[in-house]
Amino acid sequence: MKVTIDNITLEVEPGTTIMQAARQIGPEIAPPAMCYYEPLKGSGGKCRACLVKVTQGSEKDPRPMPKLVPACITAVQDGMVVENTVNESVLETRKGIVEFLLLNHPLDCPVCDQAGECHLQDFSFEHGVSTTRTAEERNTFEPTDLGPNIQLNMNRCVLCYRCVYTADQITDGRVHGVMYRGDHAEISTYIEKAIDNDFSGNVIDVCPVGALTDKTYRFKSRVWFSKPVEAHCSCEKCSGNVTLWYKGDEVIRVTGRKNEWGEVMEFICNTCRFDRKKTSDWVIEGPTQVARHSVISANKYGANLIKPAFPIAQAARDYKLIDDDRDRSFLHEPAKIEAKK
Amino acid sequence: MKILTEHIDVPQIETLAVYKKNGGYKAVEKALKKMTPDEVTEEVKKSGLRGRGGAGFPVGMKWSFLAKPEGVPRYLVCNADESEPGTFKDHYLMWKSPHTLIEGMIVSSYALGANTSYIYVRGELMYVINILEKAIQEAYDQGLLGKNILGSGYDLDLFVQPGGGAYICGEETALLESLEGKRGNPRNKPPFPAVKGVWQCPTVVNNVESIAATSWIVNNGGDAYAAIGVGRSTGTKLISASGHIKKPGVYEIPLGITVEEFIYSDEWCGGIRDGHKLKAVVAGGSSVPILPAEMILTTATGEKRLMTYESLSDGGFATGTMLGSGGFIVMDETTCIVHNTLTFARFYHHESCGQCSPCREGTGWMDKVIHRIEHGKGRKEDIDLLVDVAKKIEGNTICPLGDAAAWPVAAAIRHFRDEFEWHIEHPELATKEGAVFMRPGASWAQ
Repeated sequence: MKVTIDNITLEVEPGTTIMQAARQIGPEIAPPAMCYYEPLKGSGGKCRACLVKVTQGSEKDPRPMPKLVPACITAVQDGMVVENTVNESVLETRKGIVEFLLLNHPLDCPVCDQAGECHLQDFSFEHGVSTTRTAEERNTFEPTDLGPNIQLNMNRCVLCYRCVYTADQITDGRVHGVMYRGDHAEISTYIEKAIDNDFSGNVIDVCPVGALTDKTYRFKSRVWFSKPVEAHCSCEKCSGNVTLWYKGDEVIRVTGRKNEWGEVMEFICNTCRFDRKKTSDWVIEGPTQVARHSVISANKYGANLIKPAFPIAQAARDYKLIDDDRDRSFLHEPAKIEAKK
Repeated sequence: MKILTEHIDVPQIETLAVYKKNGGYKAVEKALKKMTPDEVTEEVKKSGLRGRGGAGFPVGMKWSFLAKPEGVPRYLVCNADESEPGTFKDHYLMWKSPHTLIEGMIVSSYALGANTSYIYVRGELMYVINILEKAIQEAYDQGLLGKNILGSGYDLDLFVQPGGGAYICGEETALLESLEGKRGNPRNKPPFPAVKGVWQCPTVVNNVESIAATSWIVNNGGDAYAAIGVGRSTGTKLISASGHIKKPGVYEIPLGITVEEFIYSDEWCGGIRDGHKLKAVVAGGSSVPILPAEMILTTATGEKRLMTYESLSDGGFATGTMLGSGGFIVMDETTCIVHNTLTFARFYHHESCGQCSPCREGTGWMDKVIHRIEHGKGRKEDIDLLVDVAKKIEGNTICPLGDAAAWPVAAAIRHFRDEFEWHIEHPELATKEGAVFMRPGASWAQ
């Protein structure tokens, strides 16, 4: 099937969603996703961050879709034309979604363990505005204790339901769900029961924000001060393929391995995650690939020493152009200088 | 012309014997014995009957969309979760004459080939649920429900399900989730219920009033029904009239009478209460745009506005509204529109399911901002902020609750912006008990 996203046409399998098709093109085109999580069945459609404009429904029925559609759950039709980053209304709506998600968010990034690998940070940085229009008091929730391993901070939650799907699909019994309605809705276990299950720790990995974090890692480090390393062990419960996060010689955190979309490739068990925190527990494979622009690579791997890969000559030419432009606009306008008196 | 409420005041009409004596269950006999399911669907299509729950989608067309794969059961679900503020027609119909609905259920289920059907009744209406249960038992005893109904070979089981106690459970997919025993969160569409509804099987969800009307259509033919009304708005409609009128209540009107006649004639609302004047009307339940007096009585082109789907929505959102579910709320000049908008905004804030972000956060935001304006702490930029928030919610949510929350706020500001401005500019006057802004030169000004 043929689909065109932002003027790029590609062939995809029937049943592919717009999101999956866009991800095949690359991260520049892929719509942001706060709730969609490919490994979890039924996820998506809730955060509305990935809304896109369909300007042509299909080859057969070329009418545009009247509303913006969520890219993560809308299947591609043959000949569909989608506008993502090139459509003004999509970008405007996305600004609104950022605003809605941040409306009751505490913005406590300086003390949040997720900062640096937070999808909400990325999303608001890329699509939001730097000012706020709200004068209202933010909603807050009473703290809920989910046991010794998982820290829940409901104030930061964006209700993506990923953890609920994880609990439903990965763990043996449903360990938690969403209670209450509207902006009072919260993730909770029934009558404050602790989450206790071999695979429950995966809710930490799937959480896009700092609502569910690792208690054993709490306040130990900022993510950009730690170094991710791929490792494995022979575990009887899970695949044993993990990422170890080192600070100096110490393993301060164990997480599942994630792909470039921040999705866990294999879910890991709680023993691997919370109990195996010695290098001797693991077989080290090598450093994790981290994107050069990621905050995690800052001050590591000599990232700051890497020279730009593009041709120096072109860079020099571009530099001159910018310089000329500056000269024109600021230095060669005497009228402006006079007016300042 | 009365169809649904013709015998509603007959004593003991809630019993099967009295209902039958007044011509009840003739449609079941006619449909099951003399007609094929497709013929029933065809009559309903011919009648032009449109969904009475709010959206006004043609019932016959909805039925024809139902997927009919071999070996997969189909279901009919009656949406009796009526929770729209200002709407109370289904409640009245089920309470007074439960057999009207049950008869319609049998006929409609037969047309759709459903062998199991559900009536999802608003949980707060426990006494209505008891009335329905009793009536269903009577129907079972008389062989009108169960196996081999009236010897026709058609089986139908009818169940009543008490609702989960949330407005959102009236949204058709949230209703299906709730019916399955889950949290009442609306589903993403597609797939639509006609393909994957309750228990992942093809399902039709119809309003009480739509289903109840089908038995009359079977008895008298689709053409007779289509003869009532104007244009594409055929038949009769139950209107729940409330507010500052002399005779509030449920009225069955033939579609096509003028709004003016409905408000002022003695046959219907009987006019505005003595000594007062009409200020504004919410014509179809809390989620439709509010209109000021002059716009509800006449359209932008100067014609008299009629009680029809088309005429009420004439002019789009700029100067029109919608028939919606028929919750007709009339306000006189003593009503403060800001206060009224706050009431609606608070309701949607309370009832948002919290699944998708624009509605979850946006409804709360609008509620808080209007609350501030109403309590004398508004800022100048708040009005434009509200308009923008409403715009960002509308159309971007999973279900229509987002739209329903955004429209009343956007419409109130569109038509009564001066009232909001007055609240912001004169907080000391606006916060006084009973203070209402009087627009200079308005038709309702004293």
